Amino acid sequence: MSRQIHAFPGGVHPPENKDQSSHNPIALPPLPAELTLPLNQHSGAPAKPVVSVGDKVLKGQLLAKANGFVSAPVHAPTSGTITAIEVCPVPHPSGLEEPCIILQSDGEDRWAELEPVTDYTAAAKDLLLQKIHDAGVVGLGGAGFPAAVKMASRTEDKIHTVVVNGAECEPYITADDRLMRERADKIVGGILILRHLLNPKEIIIGIEDNKPEAVDAMRAACKGKNIEVAVVPTRYPSGDAQRLIYLLTGKEVPNDARSVDIGILCYNVGTLAAVHDAIVEGKPLISRITTLTGEALKQPQNVEALIGTPADHLLEFSGLKKRKLHSLVLGGPMMGHTLERTDMPVLKTTNCLIAATWEEFPPAPTPQECIRCGLCSEACPVSLLPQQLYWHSKAENHDQLNHHNLFDCIECGACAYVCPSAIPLVQYYRASKGEIRQLQAKQQKAEYSKKRFEDRQARLEAEKAAREAKRKANAERAAQLKKEKAAAAANPAAAKPEDSAKADEVKAALARATARKATEGKAGRPQLSAKQKELKIQLSMVKAQLKKSERALADAKGSEETNAQLQTNIDKLKAQVATLEKEFEQAAQAPVAAAPEQPAKKAKPVLNEQQKKLKIESAMARAAVKKAQRALDEAGKSAANIDELKQTLQQAQTKADELEAAMKAAADAPAPEPAADKPVKKPKPALSDAQKKLKIEAAMARAAVKKAQRALDEAGDTPELKQALQQAQEKAAEVEAAMQAAAEAPEPAPAEEKPARKAKPVLSDAQKKLKIEAAMARAAVKKAQRALDEAGDDPELKQALQQAQAKAAELEAAMQAAAEAPAPEPEPTPAPAAEKPARKAKPVLSDEQKKLKIEAAMARAAVKKAQRALDDAGEDAANIDELKQTLQQAQAAADAAAEALDKASA
Amino acid sequence: MALIRQTSPHTRGAETTSRVMQLVMLAALPGLLVTTAMFGWGTFINLIWISLIAVGSEALVARLRKRPVAFYLRDYSALVTAVLLALALPPLAPWWLTLIGTAFAIIVAKHLYGGLGQNPFNPAMVGYVLLLISFPADMVNWLPAAGTPGYETLSFGQSLQAIFPFLGGNLDYDAITMATALDVVRENSSLTWSELQATNAALGGTFAGKGWEWVNIAYLAGGLFLLYRKVFTWHAPVGMLGALIVMSLVFKNGSGSDTHGTVLFHLLSGATMLGAFFIVTDPVSGATSNRGRLIFGAGVGILVYVIRAWGGYPDAVAFAVLLMNMAAPTIDYYTQPRTYGHKKPRKGLAKPEDR
Repeated sequence: MSRQIHAFPGGVHPPENKDQSSHNPIALPPLPAELTLPLNQHSGAPAKPVVSVGDKVLKGQLLAKANGFVSAPVHAPTSGTITAIEVCPVPHPSGLEEPCIILQSDGEDRWAELEPVTDYTAAAKDLLLQKIHDAGVVGLGGAGFPAAVKMASRTEDKIHTVVVNGAECEPYITADDRLMRERADKIVGGILILRHLLNPKEIIIGIEDNKPEAVDAMRAACKGKNIEVAVVPTRYPSGDAQRLIYLLTGKEVPNDARSVDIGILCYNVGTLAAVHDAIVEGKPLISRITTLTGEALKQPQNVEALIGTPADHLLEFSGLKKRKLHSLVLGGPMMGHTLERTDMPVLKTTNCLIAATWEEFPPAPTPQECIRCGLCSEACPVSLLPQQLYWHSKAENHDQLNHHNLFDCIECGACAYVCPSAIPLVQYYRASKGEIRQLQAKQQKAEYSKKRFEDRQARLEAEKAAREAKRKANAERAAQLKKEKAAAAANPAAAKPEDSAKADEVKAALARATARKATEGKAGRPQLSAKQKELKIQLSMVKAQLKKSERALADAKGSEETNAQLQTNIDKLKAQVATLEKEFEQAAQAPVAAAPEQPAKKAKPVLNEQQKKLKIESAMARAAVKKAQRALDEAGKSAANIDELKQTLQQAQTKADELEAAMKAAADAPAPEPAADKPVKKPKPALSDAQKKLKIEAAMARAAVKKAQRALDEAGDTPELKQALQQAQEKAAEVEAAMQAAAEAPEPAPAEEKPARKAKPVLSDAQKKLKIEAAMARAAVKKAQRALDEAGDDPELKQALQQAQAKAAELEAAMQAAAEAPAPEPEPTPAPAAEKPARKAKPVLSDEQKKLKIEAAMARAAVKKAQRALDDAGEDAANIDELKQTLQQAQAAADAAAEALDKASA
Repeated sequence: MALIRQTSPHTRGAETTSRVMQLVMLAALPGLLVTTAMFGWGTFINLIWISLIAVGSEALVARLRKRPVAFYLRDYSALVTAVLLALALPPLAPWWLTLIGTAFAIIVAKHLYGGLGQNPFNPAMVGYVLLLISFPADMVNWLPAAGTPGYETLSFGQSLQAIFPFLGGNLDYDAITMATALDVVRENSSLTWSELQATNAALGGTFAGKGWEWVNIAYLAGGLFLLYRKVFTWHAPVGMLGALIVMSLVFKNGSGSDTHGTVLFHLLSGATMLGAFFIVTDPVSGATSNRGRLIFGAGVGILVYVIRAWGGYPDAVAFAVLLMNMAAPTIDYYTQPRTYGHKKPRKGLAKPEDR
């Protein structure tokens, strides 16, 4: 055999200490009374128990099945009873406890029925792989990686070389040495199974030159089988898989890859013997060869230990000198870790237990300063600069650690072994690796959270935009419809204000106002169209709602209850549509009769007015219903809210029904009014004016209710918001009550004489509006104050508050001005009172003002909304800027509107 | 029973920092012996005196820094600095000169930078350069080698009196000191190489300067011992000597009056071998990777020759070493070895794409 051996850089040659245990044959210790079987003895996911406490199991029976792809099952090493499945101390450097199955041996050691594969060359490869996996075979060299997973990780033709690791470079350990000497045929059997599975070009067994007997035994067993046994020089850490691959092939595994990526697989000799047992004998992995050595043992030796055997049972078997035991090392002296107690179980990966005396492994001396002598970098098998890593590790300079390839460190301990200053270098690297991993995990988590937040934000944004677009489209459509109607009905002069209207709602309101005026001013035909118009509007509104409800029904995938409710609503709405259509038909015919009569014509508008108002109210109530419905729809799964919302919805519906009833009643009883004489007719508008205002107020209050509702909906379950909602609802109720009172007590007004009467309402109108505005501004101030209180000390919010306060003050001033200003107004009135056109000009002006005021109010409402949103957003810093921008825009709009209003009133 | 918990590895090599330092001192012994034989007891007396100062300074600083004094003294690093300074200074350097130099080396150059392992400059060389710049007259009092006609080797008593003048004695420095071979060659502008050798006693050695050649050979022997004991790798000494050989070959300038001296002359004169095996191999202030050490040594070799040939000082090891000490961290950045599994070595400062 003349294979070229490629020496790896570095490496050390510590005292071997193998002689103590390598001369005795593998012994079989007595059966322990109790076995502790950790569920996680391998790399990957812990196994899942398939037995329960009290179960009687046979030797080799499955106790826990593999959990996922990279995992391995655990089997019963002997027959007995499961006494517990609980967390126990396990031999792990962390010292943490892990779930284990406790098996009480019954002493019979009775095998379960085994299913060996008699001729594996005839068996399907998948089946063989499954069998190896099911036998719980993992890498016995140390890492415990599931063997079958490694085999199956690449298709067979991708693996050209199999390296069999018999190097056993760690001092003290002789488990593989003894295994190769005594059970070479089993190892070769495993190799042949592997060859059958993977069909590699080359199979090389690497053994260090300090195990000549093992080399001979393996060579004898491999004779004529085309398996090469290569001897490598004794140099720690030649038994590291990648070192051995380099020694035997001269190939390096790239730092970002695994050995399979370069077509090489490496298996420990013990693993291959276990593969042989699993296939040829059908035995699962329930025992392993473990070296028991150290100066605190009378008879160092190798034993075939059942997995789960407590260490003290084995140490006792080898004659533990308890007084001399100073430290118990699991694994070799270079990479093994100490155990703090002796009752830890043997795992599938436990290749050695060293019961060391104080002299053997004395406590580490106090480290001296690093003098950068470079002995460590001479010893490093992966050509790192351990002295630099140490330097940067102490400084916690993670960038430099990565730059110096910290994560290529295999923690072999060669650097710490040679360090003249006795610095625990590996410990520094482990700590730094841990730190870096933790930081990376943290960073990843933060990034993930950020992404989630941003996605959510985008989603909300998109939903909002979609809602807004829908709302706008609907409003536009309605406005368009109205405009067309109005254009058809009114003369061009009267229709003029339409052009100046900006907001859709304003347009709609304007259209209504114009229509009303037109009906007042014109005779005959307009009358007819007004009623029809209203009915049509109603009809279209109801239809829109019907559509919406239907859509909601289609969208709603939530509870069936909601669906049922929505269906009921739709039915109701359909009924409404039918009624309204009928009414419309009737109205289309009725006015024709009324047209010829002048009194009738005059009475008609009055009648219409009241009806109109009621209709507006009902439309509003319905809008509320819709909104509530939508809120309900949106709330969807947030069950906490839903009941409340449902209640609100019902209330709103009740109100809508009531109003409709009232409208009907009004529509049915218009007859007496036309009978009244002229004076009666004239007081009417004044009365309606007051009512209008009240209605606007009512609408606003309801809008506030709705808004609060929506906010509640969005915010989830905030007690404060709920309170706000209740307040708003109360206000709405109050306003409605006031409106009703006003509607019932219109009589006093007509008693006044004409000029005064006419001047009065106009004046009070403007004042009232201003008052409403002022109240709103004050509310905004209050809200801002509250937000500020909640938000803590946000300078921007404070500014907003100040602005709001300033605005409130302005409005109040404006109100006072208005209270004083209207005085001259009545003066011009008496003169034009005689002239009809002049009198008519007046309302037009006030109309425009009104619109502007509505606009201003809306803008302010927007400001408030933005403010509230800002408030809601709270600390959500990412959002806040956007919201602030919105707020500023809204404020700008509000200012513009206020300015326009000022101009108009001037 | 209480089992101890300990991190791996559980076994460790026999080498300790104290032992490394002891080996270095042991390796310097041949040089000391030859120096004493050639130039009298001055260096020996200085060594004792400087060692006392060094240990005293180390203990003082350890006390001031509230560190365990014995633990600090046990690493022998202060003693190594003392040995190197004693070997580098002229044999008859007066006591106050060595006191200043040594105290400065230990207190300022070593401990003010953080103590052992933290000092960017070689403390012995810092002390030496301080004295060379501050007291140039006292730093050129080199003695002629034993056997130089017209000069007698000073006795122990005379040396003691020269170093500690308050002990009596009245030495005429001009009568007993002599320019070194390096000085002679540097100052020469009229004689050819063979004429110089014939006329100047300082150049009357077998290979190079009289006496100095044997001192250098003794250091070489000590250095080879340290190499054998793997106290350091061959990279830095080979780098320095190689560069010096190349420089002295390329810039020899013939053998006329403009000559800068032969290769052997440069290798075996002044502090060449002391520098190559005891100074540039200082791991703390030198470069850390093997490639880096090669570069570091070569830099020292080049600078030594440049200063010897064209600079203002006859010898230059101290300046060259301090200059390269400054460059060492940068050299380290660019001489990382290629780690297993990586296509090429990492270079320069940490980059974000490192991982």
